[in-house]
Formats: sequence, structure tokens, C-alpha cells
Amino acid sequence: MAELRYTKDHEYVRIEGGEGVVGISDHAQRQLGDVVFAENPRVGTMLKAGDPAAVVESVKAASDVFAPVAGEVVAVNSEVEAKPGLINEDALGTGWLFRIRLADPSEAAALMDEAAYAAFLETQA
Amino acid sequence: MSDDVILKTPLHALHVELGARMAPFAGYAMPIHYPAGVLAEHLHTRKAAGLFDVSHMGQALLEGPDHRTVAAFLETVCPADLLGLAPGRQRYTQLLNDDGGIVDDLMVTRPPGADGALRLVVNAARKAVDTARLAERLPDGVRLTPLDDAALVALQGPLAAATLARLAPGEDLATLAFMGARPARIGDVATFVSRSGYTGEDGYEISLPAARAESFARRLLAEPDVAPIGLGARDSLRLEAGLCLYGHELDETVDPVEAAIAWSIQKRRRAQGGFPGAARILRALAEGSARVRVGLRPEGRAPAREAAEIVSADGAPIGIVTSGGFGPSVGAPIAMGFVDRAHAAVGTPVGLVVRGKPLPARVAVLPFHPHAYYRG
Repeated sequence: MAELRYTKDHEYVRIEGGEGVVGISDHAQRQLGDVVFAENPRVGTMLKAGDPAAVVESVKAASDVFAPVAGEVVAVNSEVEAKPGLINEDALGTGWLFRIRLADPSEAAALMDEAAYAAFLETQA
Repeated sequence: MSDDVILKTPLHALHVELGARMAPFAGYAMPIHYPAGVLAEHLHTRKAAGLFDVSHMGQALLEGPDHRTVAAFLETVCPADLLGLAPGRQRYTQLLNDDGGIVDDLMVTRPPGADGALRLVVNAARKAVDTARLAERLPDGVRLTPLDDAALVALQGPLAAATLARLAPGEDLATLAFMGARPARIGDVATFVSRSGYTGEDGYEISLPAARAESFARRLLAEPDVAPIGLGARDSLRLEAGLCLYGHELDETVDPVEAAIAWSIQKRRRAQGGFPGAARILRALAEGSARVRVGLRPEGRAPAREAAEIVSADGAPIGIVTSGGFGPSVGAPIAMGFVDRAHAAVGTPVGLVVRGKPLPARVAVLPFHPHAYYRG
């Protein structure tokens, strides 16, 4: 069962079994504006939660994407590197960035679920 | 100016109504982009016509008994040939400090028929500094008057001329020369129009009474080819056009030769000097400056931003990026920066240090996107 979790830095991780698909939230892509560059970590990179993992740049600014949870990078979305606008079109879908094998499957539970993230965004407005 | 007072332009309510994302810029709440977004606004300006609110910029009138007196005064602080400025013509120049560093860059216009009046347009963030620099030197009989009740909009792009021609069929603004300027009645509004801009495209800057600005802007936006454009696209357009932005390429430590804008110092001034820092500037013209502004093209897709260090092929520091980002019309990252003269030749391989690593790049020809000014 897929479960979507968010960080306060506006990354999401969608838990799929023992793996997590990481990207930036729809709110984050709207804040960034037109994304023109995305750079993923190398497959095999070991990440701790909070490590800078990827970079997303819009016409306005560069933005680090931090690992929401610890794990090993097992796949990256090379399509989004060729076509960064996918992040604007579908941040939660075809605009995903990389997939990690979770070091600790319970770690994601500490992150915000969709309702909590929506409430968090309210406090940021 | 106090930091906690945010000023509004006469078009503020319209920006908000159009859904602009507003942010403080030089003390003004300004539209960064509209719902279309920076990329779409940039590309629209290159293919149709974009309307920019630049009312935050400082407009002023410098007046005196005759052109000779007013222009001679301005030549004591600017290196352009302003005595030779013909009626109805505009020139780009710089206000210099005593070391030849750039206090501001500005447009100086001699209205047609004027003998003793020059219109100035200066950067928003530099109004107070400019005013102080000019005011302390004003000779008897010469007055500097800020045009605080005037708005300024720019209409830029290949369809700008056809658009204005529809709105002001009797004015023949389509044949106004590049860097020409004159009063024009557009609709029922008395404006002062110049054929100039900051995008590299054909277009106009239009000064008009603040009280008429909103209805005027609505009239332009009702034209099918015109879209509102924010400061985000204004920046990417000027970067592609290789144009300097004060506070980025230009500041009080940089002289016009280093900034590669010495084309704006005409022959008579080079021969005669007589402007602040003339010794430094004329020496740099003769011998070359130690550093110079260049275009930079990263070889990959990653943009290099302002303040990125520039290193030589062997890793030695040789300069700094002053503007950088993605060029929507170029379709690739672009940047400008200052490098030591030995590394300034087009094609020189350099590194732009981004996230701790030198991105391979090359010194590139400016502009990145060809200028499309009206040439008659």
C-alpha cells in the first residue's frame, strides 16, 4: 500500500513496500516556478535523513532536495533530468526524482501525512 | 528610505487583480511574475508584446537656461557626449564617482524642441544616491525635479510597434528611431515615448501621468498580443540581451571600461576627458582593464548563479559570476561575470564553482540572444 509522507522542507516520500519514491511537493513546485534543471544523486549513494540528495532549480532559484528518510538510492528518474518541467506538470507523479531502499521502514512514520502537511502549509501562509 | 515602508506603483492594484506574485524590490512592491510564469512571460515578450510596469524607476527633469548649460553640467558627472545630444534623442550613460566607479546607470533624453531640459531615468534603488550626487554640484540656474507623479511602462517585443500604431494611429510611432523620443498622445493620454527598452527587443518606454496609468495599462492589455510581464522575465530577458543590471554587473567599484560599456563614452569625451575618474577610465581604454565583464556558457544544464566563483582551466580563481540563470530563448543556462583580462577571450574554457565543484563553461559572445532593435 502506498503511503505519502512530507517533510517541513517540502519533500515527499511515497512508501511502496520497503522502498520510497522521493520528490518535491506540489506546493514546492508552485513556489519554485518553472523548473529548468534537476540533478539526482548517483544510484548506490547511501543517504541519511536530511542529507542533501538532489538539486532542483527554477528560473528563480536553486533549491536543495534533502533525503526525507535514510536509505540507498536504487533508481533515479533520468527523464526528469532531461525534461525538468515534468516537476511542474506532475510533481507527485512523472516528476519524481529518485527511489531509495529504506534503511528503517518505521522512519517515515515520523513525517507528516497529507492532512498534517496541509495543516503545516496553513501555518506557513 | 526606511526599509519597513514598502511603496506601491500606480499599477499596484492592477498587478494584484491580475494575480501577480508580488515581492519587495528596491523598496517597492513589484510583480515578480503573473500566473503565466517567468518562462511563458519571457517567451511571450520575444514573440509578441509584453507590458512591464517600471514605475519604480526614478524619472527626473534637469532644467536650466539652455541645452549647453544643462548638458555641460551633466558632463561633469557622466562620460557620455551630452552636449552633442540632438533634440528628440536619447543616450545611455553612467553617473560616476570621483574614482570613475559607477554610482548608477541611466538614460538621458533631450525632448524635441527643448533647449535647456533633459529627462533622466535612473534605477529605483539609486534615486537618493543619484539625487545627492547631482544636487551637491548643481550650478546656479540648473534645477533637478523628480517626476514623482509620473508612471513608466515598457511595451517590448516584435509586436509592440503594431500595437501602439493601432492605439495611436495619428502618431506614427512605428517609425520613431531607435533611441529616439518625443511626446505622443496615445488614446486620450499625453505621454512621453522613447524607442528603447531592456529586453533586446524592439519596443517603447512610455512615461505618463500616474493618475492615467491604470486605465492606460488596461487598454494595452486588452490588445490580443499584449501580456503583463513581471520582473522575473525582465531579468532573464536582459541577461539574454547581455545588458548590465545595477547592483549585479555595476557598482561603485566598477568602471565603464571594466563593465564593457565603454561604447557609451563618445569620441569627444575620450579625447577631452573632464569626467570623474577620467584618468583611470582613459588609461583603461588605452591599455585595457585588469578585469572585464564577459558572457559565460555552462556546458551542461546546471545554471551558475550570482556570486559563483570563476576558476581557470587549472583551478586558479579568476573572477566572479554577477548574473546567472536559465535563458528561456537560448534554451540553456547563461551567465555574465568579471574575469581577469587574460581569460576574457571568447571560447576560453573556465570553471564556474557550483555546490563546491567547477562546472565546465566557456567565455561566450554577448548578447546570448540577438538584439532586434528597430533600425528603420
